[in-house]
Amino acid sequence: MSGREALSPTLEVADLRTHFFTKAGIVRAVDGVSFEVRAGEVLGLVGESGCGKTVTGFSILGLVDPPGRVVSGSIRLKGQELNGLDEAALRKVRGNRIAMIFQDPMMTLNPVLKIGTQIMEAVRAHRHVTRAAVRELACNALARVGIAAPEKRLEAYPHELSGGMRQRVAIAIAFINKPDLIIADEPTTALDVTIQAQILYEAQKLCRETGTAMIWITHDLAVVSALADRIAVMYAGRIVEQGATSDIITRPLHPYTQGLLGSVPSANRRGARLAQIPGLPPSLLAPPPGCSFQPRCPKAVAECELAAPPVTEPMVGRQVRCFRPLVAEPAAS
Amino acid sequence: MTAVAQPPLIEGRRLVKRFVGSLDLAGRIVARLGSDRGGWAVHAVDGVDIAIAKGEVVGLVGESGCGKSTLGRMIAGLLEPTEGDVLFRGRPRSALRGSEARTARLAVQMIFQDPHASLNPRARIETIVGEAPHVHRLVSNEELPAYVDEMLKRVGLDPALKRRYPHQFSGGQRARIGIARALAVKPEFLVCDEAIAALDVSIQAQVINLFMDLRAAYDLTYLYISHDLGVVQHISDRIAIMYLGRIVETAPAEELFRSPNHPYAQALLAEMPRIAPGKRTFHPIRGEIPSPLDPPKGCHFHPRCPHAMERCRLEAPLLKQVAPRRLSACHLNDA
Repeated sequence: MSGREALSPTLEVADLRTHFFTKAGIVRAVDGVSFEVRAGEVLGLVGESGCGKTVTGFSILGLVDPPGRVVSGSIRLKGQELNGLDEAALRKVRGNRIAMIFQDPMMTLNPVLKIGTQIMEAVRAHRHVTRAAVRELACNALARVGIAAPEKRLEAYPHELSGGMRQRVAIAIAFINKPDLIIADEPTTALDVTIQAQILYEAQKLCRETGTAMIWITHDLAVVSALADRIAVMYAGRIVEQGATSDIITRPLHPYTQGLLGSVPSANRRGARLAQIPGLPPSLLAPPPGCSFQPRCPKAVAECELAAPPVTEPMVGRQVRCFRPLVAEPAAS
Repeated sequence: MTAVAQPPLIEGRRLVKRFVGSLDLAGRIVARLGSDRGGWAVHAVDGVDIAIAKGEVVGLVGESGCGKSTLGRMIAGLLEPTEGDVLFRGRPRSALRGSEARTARLAVQMIFQDPHASLNPRARIETIVGEAPHVHRLVSNEELPAYVDEMLKRVGLDPALKRRYPHQFSGGQRARIGIARALAVKPEFLVCDEAIAALDVSIQAQVINLFMDLRAAYDLTYLYISHDLGVVQHISDRIAIMYLGRIVETAPAEELFRSPNHPYAQALLAEMPRIAPGKRTFHPIRGEIPSPLDPPKGCHFHPRCPHAMERCRLEAPLLKQVAPRRLSACHLNDA
């Protein structure tokens, strides 16, 4: 599974820029983002609110609404360019080759349709399958995400299910057409700890079994550290650092990543002061000059204010956008 | 107050809160015709004992619907318990009258989760912070502006911004305004209900540090309610874990994380997402949280518990001492 497609990535995003043209000015929500995801791999896209992580996901699916627009860049799914495809062609991709799981499953599910109708619709929108066969597919899909008595659940309406159940249904719909890529946008943020663990377990299992590539968008470093193969950290519309999960967590190179890790209580000594990042994330309408993290950065020097740092690759498989990347400085553990 | 052990600063005894719904018209007609369907009742809190000593930080952890917010609101005095009593310095709060009752109420303040909903959008923050000390005559009219400035500075806000409205602040700043408002009446005890859950990680860290600074500066006692085990582990001295209206285990924070006793506590701690290198396989506990409208008989956790036995289905376990300062409600401890 991994050997066969290890050479070419499932998704390649290069220099993606999505800007919103508002009355107040241009918001550069995504400003030069590049990354790859391979088959069966989970990429954790981490950042705080407003850093552009969700807009990145929406851009891949061509879901950015006016006044926003993908200004430039390339999005290649198994070699096929998606940026610039017309609506009809994109509809063939969405839900079929790329599926999305949202934070609030009620955004995915129609409240006035039965669960079964919605799952079967997702299949029949892309394939001609007999009624009996599609029903069986739907049943299997529900069983695969750990829903008991799937036959009965097909007849239920979304309001009859708990939050965790609804999210399972959303995941079942996402996986049903065996997509190449799934974009999951904070899918467990609204759920309780024990239910979150169940969902993470299902997602992990399905990715492993089907070889689907996954982008897991979240603000929660603890969740991605357990789930993702690689992590990309976003700040103010740019990926400031990416690399293998264990490398990023044990040896962050960007001061922002280090700050984020230091802010998480469970990574610190009990009762110790947390290594907080001072200040607030910048407004994307008027980002600070040079590196956008520079006003909050403890290591900032004069050159950081003059120009945005370029992406460098200090080690194999590690990329960082910083003039003064931290060197082999272990994070608090 | 000599050699006698001080009573806990605040104590809840056999606290029960039921939310009872009345029947609608159709229900009343059916009832008249002889149906035995009564109104619904949610046992949000089902007989909870909790005692918090002066200077202690107690973390109250549980999943949604377990009754942790309801318990917090009863302790803060915002909800009347259906049964049981809240004691302040060893005396039932409901028995206090006049200035004593006022002092007891002011001494306990609450910080809410949603800084949008808990701040009046039409009031300037100087009013939000200054109103309560003014009404309760804690400071004179002349001193009030300086007092408000001091409170804002204390929580890390620039007093120059005090003529602004809540919507002009970021989420983290609004959380600070909520804290300044609570501090303004010089409380001894703060109930923080998911006070930082809506904030970003880097901003959460700032507010957690603020809580710890304030504790040291004002000798505050906290009841810190959260679903986030990481945060609770970090700031609490002692942790109480709730499941469906009951406390299932209380223990000093370090001991709880080292060796949880109750099967639910064990499961909860095992699921806790931690930052650690290396992928992890999740082994979730089965099932969903039952509805508090119709909780399972006996031990509330038995349908999901890997160790459930016949007795658990019949008899609710009591919270018993299993080690010094450690209480747990599980029949396994009797074996």
